[in-house]
Amino acid sequence: MRKRYKLPTRSGYFGGFGGKFVPETLMHALEELEHELKKALKDKKFQKAFGYYLSKYAGRPTPLYFAERLTKKLKGAKIYLKREDLAHTGAHKINNTIGQALLAKKMGKRRLIAETGAGQHGVATATVAAMFGFVCDIYMGTEDIKRQSLNVYRMKLMGARVIPVEGGSQTLKDATNEAIRDWVTNVRDTHYVLGSVVGPHPYPFMVREFQSVIGKEAKSQILKMEKRLPDYLVACVGGGSNSIGLFHPFFNDKKVKFIGVEAGGSGIATKKHAAALLKGEVGVLHGSRSCLLQDRDGQINIAHSISAGLDYPGVGPEHSYYKHIKRAKYFAVTDRDALRGFRLLSEYEGIIPALEPSHAIYHLLKLAPRLQKDKIVILCLSGRGDKDIDIVKEHIKFE
Amino acid sequence: MNRIDKLFTKLKKQRKKAFIVYITAGDPDLKKTGKLVAELEKNGVDLVELGIPFSDPLADGPTIQRASQRAILSGANIKSILQMVHSVRKKVKLPLVFMTYYNLVSHYGIKNFVKDSKNAGVDGVIVPDLPPEEAKELIGAAKKRDFATVFLAAPTSTKKRLKNIAAKSRGFIYYVSLTGVTGTRTRLPSDIIKNVKRLKKITKKPVCVGFGVSNPKQARRISHLADGVIVGSAVIKVIEENAKSKDLYKKVSKFTNSLRKGIDGK
Repeated sequence: MRKRYKLPTRSGYFGGFGGKFVPETLMHALEELEHELKKALKDKKFQKAFGYYLSKYAGRPTPLYFAERLTKKLKGAKIYLKREDLAHTGAHKINNTIGQALLAKKMGKRRLIAETGAGQHGVATATVAAMFGFVCDIYMGTEDIKRQSLNVYRMKLMGARVIPVEGGSQTLKDATNEAIRDWVTNVRDTHYVLGSVVGPHPYPFMVREFQSVIGKEAKSQILKMEKRLPDYLVACVGGGSNSIGLFHPFFNDKKVKFIGVEAGGSGIATKKHAAALLKGEVGVLHGSRSCLLQDRDGQINIAHSISAGLDYPGVGPEHSYYKHIKRAKYFAVTDRDALRGFRLLSEYEGIIPALEPSHAIYHLLKLAPRLQKDKIVILCLSGRGDKDIDIVKEHIKFE
Repeated sequence: MNRIDKLFTKLKKQRKKAFIVYITAGDPDLKKTGKLVAELEKNGVDLVELGIPFSDPLADGPTIQRASQRAILSGANIKSILQMVHSVRKKVKLPLVFMTYYNLVSHYGIKNFVKDSKNAGVDGVIVPDLPPEEAKELIGAAKKRDFATVFLAAPTSTKKRLKNIAAKSRGFIYYVSLTGVTGTRTRLPSDIIKNVKRLKKITKKPVCVGFGVSNPKQARRISHLADGVIVGSAVIKVIEENAKSKDLYKKVSKFTNSLRKGIDGK
């Protein structure tokens, strides 16, 4: 039998990446969270509750859809879309927030806080807060509040407070700083619902476990539909939660290749991008050691991407590990090409994708045509595009 | 024995408490930081914590965030700060401790950071986002050169954690008075007394209290229970308000003198 993948280690490491780099005030809360999480993952009652809300509330399983017209257009591999855009709230983020809200309830917390970039994680947190009855505060950069105003309004409708963050780049990185500062202050009654596979241990592990439902479903769906495993999995990578969620259950299926697509912004030869894995150096930000965009002195560089959800200078430690051991390959797609991907899926499949997975969709143009027609690709369509209409309007004009 | 240990031994004999001030190196510029350190020594300060500014200081409140931004914009980095310290060390005798975030230290290289800091005349380092369990490499490098590693203890630290923090700390232990980020507070939490006593039962190493301490009265109260009082944001505010004024040093000195008197109960 093959060796099972058992990472992270007890101290939260994936090879040389991960760990717990936070102020002492939070260390006990992290220990407590880890303890509760490990208990919950073994607890049938918790799993049953998690499964219940995923199915009855979030509408899972999400379909695995054969994109026939897109496949014909690209004249290559068969393309399947894992339709996370059809989950409640319109993105995969809800999988994680349901799990964390259930844990927060067990730990007796009364308040949830979260950072958000595109607003999808903020919406997903506000959603579970409304459903379970938590007080909810969401930190969001002022730049993102402007470009994702629909999601800001949705959060407010569900009773959450959206706190604008003025500092730094006024995007996801700064919203995360502010959320951590809030947590340090209110750690006794507040649970921090981190939205990606980033942050100090046990967050990268916990978010992966909750998001793995994507890959588990996709695996059983493709086995039913095609009677075999796929050849490629493709997903966008900002922090990396939808991609890890899809990849992780296939880790030991060595023939299944993983492709992560980072935000290339204006191009990775420029300074304006968010490709932490391709262009970053190892460093420590927001509680873990991973690849990171930084300058000569070790100051964090400001990331750039048309998609607020990928506009982050870091990436989850498990992705750094996947890259290091060459389990996954990473590419970057520019803002302009992401818009092409956005348009392609809209026109050929009648599905308007979020700008984040539009990066991955564009990569299909490079990948699918050079593969034989019997090859199978699954793309994680991590979210729907309604939130991005205002941004896209500025770039795609009609007579 | 390094400067920090000597300081606390001396103060203990004199039955006095340490007055520690944090300033951000490079705020408003490195030349002024150098002069401020010398002025602080003359005006009742026993130890200076020099902040190496980081772009994302997540343990800091708005005051030190702004100071860090100003310092980065003024061009301060580890190299230029070390040069400044090197020349200041010729003028001052008080212990100097760096305070910074882990990415800067690990990016510079841990061994080199310790070596170069020690050579420039720095006596130790505080890294607020580095708990002892992640600090093996830093502790190892620091031990070799008698360079202090000051770890933070918090109101939320369990007894087990406090024991480890005390064991790994050299120089002193930094007790964080409250759950929160740095910054002035009008009121300090009532559980400080209980928590500092709890920590002092575990260790004989000096315990200094910081975060939130902003006026002579609060400093006085803290000095009753701890071995030292740390003031940061309140001093930074004075620097911020007078950065361009000729009276910068006078205003800062006046403020630190008032805190010294508070600590000494005068």
